[in-house]
Amino acid sequence: MTATALSFDVSSTHRVAFGRLVRVELRKLADTRAGRWLLISIVALTLLVLVIQMAVILGNDLHPSWVDFLIGMNTPMGVLLPVLGVLSITSEWSQRTAMVTFTLEPSRMRVVLAKMVSLLILAVVAWVIGMALGALANVLYGAFSGNTVVWGSVGKLMFLYFLNYVISMASGFALGALFLNSPAGIVVYFVYSFVLPVPFAIGAALMSWFDDVRPWIDFGFAQQPLTDGTMAGTEWAHLLTSGLIWLGLPLAFGLWRINRTEVK
Amino acid sequence: MIKVEGLTRAYGSFIAVDNISFECRPGTVTGFLGPNGAGKTTTMRVMVGLTPATHGEVTIGGLHYPQIPNPGRHVGVLLDASAQHAGRTGREVLEIGARTMGLPSSRVDEMLDLVSLDTKESKRRVGNYSLGMRQRLGIAHALLGDPSVMILDEPANGLDPAGIRWMRGLLKGYADRGGTVLLSSHLLHEVEQIADEMILIGNGKIVASGTRDELLSQASGGATTTLVTGLDNQQLSEALAQKGFQVHPAGAGLRVTAEPVDVGRVAADQQIVLTDLRAGNEGGLEDLFLELTADTAREDVGQTATPGLPG
Repeated sequence: MTATALSFDVSSTHRVAFGRLVRVELRKLADTRAGRWLLISIVALTLLVLVIQMAVILGNDLHPSWVDFLIGMNTPMGVLLPVLGVLSITSEWSQRTAMVTFTLEPSRMRVVLAKMVSLLILAVVAWVIGMALGALANVLYGAFSGNTVVWGSVGKLMFLYFLNYVISMASGFALGALFLNSPAGIVVYFVYSFVLPVPFAIGAALMSWFDDVRPWIDFGFAQQPLTDGTMAGTEWAHLLTSGLIWLGLPLAFGLWRINRTEVK
Repeated sequence: MIKVEGLTRAYGSFIAVDNISFECRPGTVTGFLGPNGAGKTTTMRVMVGLTPATHGEVTIGGLHYPQIPNPGRHVGVLLDASAQHAGRTGREVLEIGARTMGLPSSRVDEMLDLVSLDTKESKRRVGNYSLGMRQRLGIAHALLGDPSVMILDEPANGLDPAGIRWMRGLLKGYADRGGTVLLSSHLLHEVEQIADEMILIGNGKIVASGTRDELLSQASGGATTTLVTGLDNQQLSEALAQKGFQVHPAGAGLRVTAEPVDVGRVAADQQIVLTDLRAGNEGGLEDLFLELTADTAREDVGQTATPGLPG
């Protein structure tokens, strides 16, 4: 430590640069055992799905294109990335690191924004890795089967997948912010994305009026055209409306709560 | 430097901190003393913006905490050494702090050195740390940005005697360089040797404050007392009473309302051999501390018992 005299002079200090906050938040996603293993499992599961898919394709002499491999790897990514979104915010509370985080950067919204940006960066990275793995699988398919490799036009689908990742991560983050509790955030996310569709589907099948309402309130259903690549004007309106209910409102309330709550 | 003005923090009808005001000056260590639940932590949390104040305010160098740019560079904070991600290594905890503040990694090594956490320990996960190690890590974290103000909540908690002595020296040296230190404790002896000023808090209210000597004179009602033991206490007692001093038996000896020098003089005149002679206010501070805080604790019981019943 330096032996210079200490004095309180803030005139030459700048606030914490936003880029630095983002880099720190990215680091925090991977510097714990839980975080590291979650990232590793996402990649490992994606690889596993591709291997299984490859075995099925070769065994049944199917003729896939790049798109089919992309659909395959989309599943593990889409399921696990939101968990990262949930944990990114809830771990600050469950591990009580929010106390340190918010004393080093008292503007809580800047920290939250940095977390969002770091998740967005991660979504891009996951998407690039996913596309690359899909392409690799496609090339390997050609090598194994001796058939011609079909690439097809995937531009639009790639964009929609990316949107899908961003939305699912944002939903995870919104629920995490709402509950500020890891188990609650993760469970509610899975209930909402895997259990809720069942009553929604039954309701839609039994009641015609509900069938009409469903795309406006069922965020998962409204996202389906994204994965199918059939987005049009009405579908975007469905996505926006249901997104407001399932993403916008929880996020708004969660942010309000983070800003107001006492950090313990 | 740290200025608390009319601070109140209420949780519903429960008032955790009740209209307190005090100031911590540069170059001094201020001890914040009180029993568990007296409001020390709440006050410190308000200082750094983690808890909003119900009334009043706290400023550091004239600024509210959120207005301080890159606050880690100016105010070192340790509120709870256990509030760290259990899955992170000690080194990583400091690394994150250093990166947020824009400091080089070499600063992390310096701080690990300073608090005597070796390379092997720094690579272990915080979840496997003892409380004392977490406390050292927390102090290292608070010192990372070379701040001029330190706010430490129970920093000695969990430290071994050598660690407490080390911390005492560290904070003393820090204050000598012009730093401002506020540290809390529920143990008087941890604080009284290091603090230039003490603030005693009980039940959310400041019950006494001042330097050690000021508090001592308050403790004995302004009078100096002496503890004395002689070979013949009976004779000594009579001689002292004759001189007009108040004498009471205390343990194996006597408590006299007089300066030690006067008691010694009487003993010398009477040729009474003394086996022990010392200023008698030492225990007074502790008595004062207990008395003041016990009073507020009793009031607390009385106040909450009645409205606690309906429901």
